[in-house]
Amino acid sequence: MDALDRAIINNLQGGFPVCDEPYREVAGRLGTSAEELMRRLDVLLENGTLSRFGPMYHAERLGGGLTLAAMQIPTDDFERVAEIVNAFPEVAHNYAREHALNMWFVLATETPERIDQVIAAIERDTGYTVHNMPKREEFFVGLRFEA
Amino acid sequence: MTPRPASAMHMDSAAPLLDAIDRQIIVATQSGLPRVARPYHAIAAQLNLTAEEVMRRLQQMLATGIIRRIGAVPNHYALGYKANGMSVWDVPDERVHELGEKIGALDAVSHCYHRPRHLPAWPYNLFAMVHGRDRDEVEVKVRHIAELLGTADRGHTVLYSTRILKKTGLRIT
Repeated sequence: MDALDRAIINNLQGGFPVCDEPYREVAGRLGTSAEELMRRLDVLLENGTLSRFGPMYHAERLGGGLTLAAMQIPTDDFERVAEIVNAFPEVAHNYAREHALNMWFVLATETPERIDQVIAAIERDTGYTVHNMPKREEFFVGLRFEA
Repeated sequence: MTPRPASAMHMDSAAPLLDAIDRQIIVATQSGLPRVARPYHAIAAQLNLTAEEVMRRLQQMLATGIIRRIGAVPNHYALGYKANGMSVWDVPDERVHELGEKIGALDAVSHCYHRPRHLPAWPYNLFAMVHGRDRDEVEVKVRHIAELLGTADRGHTVLYSTRILKKTGLRIT
């Protein structure tokens, strides 16, 4: 990763313009060409430095349901339960974390009502309690990762 | 999909309805923008719309918050932020809004939410995701949050992720 790659990452985490030739506009600011900018983005996406490039949609404002949920799973049953939980298409992310509550997953559903149904199904299929922790308020963050 | 229910958070209650064309644009762009000279024209051609229409609707969705932002999402792991700690805090409910705003504004915090407690197993009501190059860096940032909270910090802990079990992201169809 060279200085231009870092400049692209640090300057393009938001504010990509909506205009006829947005790459040309950004490239001008970064002192490069649109072609070079597009080529760099392709490489950064291919090698996994960037996980995506484009509009980031606000899931709940699209009308769906979204929540964070946690379970306490005994170590010797963890893999079996992870497999069951991951098989639900509504499970968008699932992380193992160090705590008594050791499995944390995000549910994203087509409708808000569907959240409770999926939680009930996970409890039924795994035999463990699901602690539902929907957000009550989201606080503004100015997320910027420095490269 | 259905509109937001009446019980939705106040900040989301003005969510406008999306029509079928907005949905087509979302489906066409949720995995990314094409790297071509005129990306919005390319999307428009694919959907049989004009580029002006696509750009107008994207601007509208930005203005209403349906789109949080347009840009690059770095993989924090690839950038060397290997430690990811979910710090969770038990703060007085009547102060959670004020304190959440304060903590969310810190550079080290990538997500900050008020969530319900689940007593007795889970006394925490404020969640702040903290990233660092290693756990020591995360711990320093967590201590900084504790100092900011002062006596409002009635207890906290940090949950480190040890494994990603699944990561597919959000998709509408």
